[in-house]
Amino acid sequence: MDIIPQIIVSGLAAGGVYGLIALGFVLIYKATSILNLATGEFMTVGAFICFTGLTYLSLPFSIAFIGTLLFAAFLGIIVERLMLRPLIGEPIISVIMVTIGLGSILKGLTHMIWSPEYRSFPRIFPPQPLDLGFAIVPSGLLWGFISAIIFTILFTCIFRFTRTGLAMRATAANQQAALSMGISVKRVFAISWSFAAIAAAVGGIIIGNISGISIHLGHIGLKVLSVIILGGLDSIVGAIVGGFIIGLLENFAGVYLDSYFGGGVKEVVPFVVLVIILMIRPYGIFGKPIIERV
Amino acid sequence: MRCGDFKESYLEDEKIFQTWFVKFWLAALFLFLLAFPLLADAYMLYLANIIGFAIIGAVGLNLLTGFTGQISLGHAAFVGVGGYATAILMTRLNLPFWVALPIAGFISAGVGMVIGIPSLRVKGLYLVIATLAAQFILEFTFVHWESMTKGIRGINVPPPELGGFVFDTERSFYFITLAVAVFAVFFARNVVRTRWGRAFVAIRDRDLAAEIMGINLFRYKLAAFALSSFYAGIAGGLWVAFMKVVTPEHFPFGLSIQYLAMVIVGGLGTVLGSIFGAIFMTMVPELLNVLSGMAKDWFPGMDQLFIPLKDVIFGTLIVSFLIFEPHGLAEIWNRVKSFFSLWPFSY
Repeated sequence: MDIIPQIIVSGLAAGGVYGLIALGFVLIYKATSILNLATGEFMTVGAFICFTGLTYLSLPFSIAFIGTLLFAAFLGIIVERLMLRPLIGEPIISVIMVTIGLGSILKGLTHMIWSPEYRSFPRIFPPQPLDLGFAIVPSGLLWGFISAIIFTILFTCIFRFTRTGLAMRATAANQQAALSMGISVKRVFAISWSFAAIAAAVGGIIIGNISGISIHLGHIGLKVLSVIILGGLDSIVGAIVGGFIIGLLENFAGVYLDSYFGGGVKEVVPFVVLVIILMIRPYGIFGKPIIERV
Repeated sequence: MRCGDFKESYLEDEKIFQTWFVKFWLAALFLFLLAFPLLADAYMLYLANIIGFAIIGAVGLNLLTGFTGQISLGHAAFVGVGGYATAILMTRLNLPFWVALPIAGFISAGVGMVIGIPSLRVKGLYLVIATLAAQFILEFTFVHWESMTKGIRGINVPPPELGGFVFDTERSFYFITLAVAVFAVFFARNVVRTRWGRAFVAIRDRDLAAEIMGINLFRYKLAAFALSSFYAGIAGGLWVAFMKVVTPEHFPFGLSIQYLAMVIVGGLGTVLGSIFGAIFMTMVPELLNVLSGMAKDWFPGMDQLFIPLKDVIFGTLIVSFLIFEPHGLAEIWNRVKSFFSLWPFSY
């Protein structure tokens, strides 16, 4: 069997998941101009909550899943209320550092509650892989890809077509104008955070389902930064396209470059891409260039 | 007791030690620091050394983040570059430590300048991400450039030596750390009141306005990156010579966050703050360690919670300082000082 179609298929499948997680970043960034560096920990927490529901409480998947989403939404709102709102109007370093501090807290807490060892996720999708003829898609990646696409479409629809989505877009465009049109910017912030937490939790569950969960699952959250930089920080389309590009690049690099560098290239390629994009086109493929005038 | 603020020239206003009172107590502190090895045991001296390295690194990061306003999430990687450079220069080229350390500082500064290049096009969030990428790329290099760094096996480093005397104990190394840290702080405190330091602050406050005033952004931003990485490199070199070994896992992303935490908890844009921050953030885990060791007798398994507890407390400290005391420990110190100097009339 030829190896290239196989790489493309796994790359696209991984890219779908990256796209979903990137969506979490973009949603928060568009509405609140904050980059949530704790996204990775949101993923870990979501994955572990769902895992606990499935194993210790032996709930059916649907209930555990909905419970996780509710919890994630709640977590997002709490974080926004307690940590981000006091910092509105503060310099960007404070806001970024608060999300880093939050990440550290969540990481420590997950470590304390669910000890650090690696666990495999209970099976929630049918195990047989899909044979496309030219390539085989493992079941985890296949279902991960499908659910990532479903959620991405769902979030995009909410953003495009509902009243809440309209309020979010209005806030992103101009907070003052949104306020004067009677939109509660505070509520929009809270909703954006809970949406982003939900997107991260779903991403966490999918990743956990593909490769098992441990407290280090959140590392992917940092890798996804390269996706949003490539696609443009404020573009939903960019997040999805960027996800696919990074997924493909990383898989190709993993196969073709690993032997030259002694393994682990897959982990570092996104960051190399990131630096290159920042030097050439800092606002990404679909992002809006920032023009400053005095 | 000084009352009122009478200064007749800029020179007087710019003085670092404004009164004899300050000079006296600083001299007393310095004498105490010199006498400290006589009083302390090996563990306290170990801590003192670690705090010394942290101070050098944190002052460096503060020059970049606090004074120039360029946030860096890759400081630990520069510390690592300095550490590896020192180790490689000492083992491969058999250079003495005293030559290897400054060279390592310059190598680190060079790498810092390369990483600083994106700062000319991007700022704020984008720069944070660029430095984060640098952290991971450099970490990858430490692990995989085996011919140079020996990968995860690490490099063993001989202790520094001067005229037949070997600095291989906590006690003897303390004097090296003290000398370098004092010089580093002295230099940083002075650099921020020169033309360069004022340029840094102008860039932090508004880069476009700074450029219009005739500050060459390209030159000064890169200078800030170079200076900050130089400090990091020196801290790394000392650390490696003290630990006598260097491996890649000593410079993780978490250490970068720890340095940022020191700078924020201490106070952005004050040299004194970085010193407080470095001491505070080094002592907190040690105290926790002691406490969890004591609690082990009553709560078995408590010592396993120590590592995650450290994460939680670090995070909580960062968040609560940002929300409740954004100017950090330095500001608290100023308030305490002014309380006493104004007492009993607090106006």
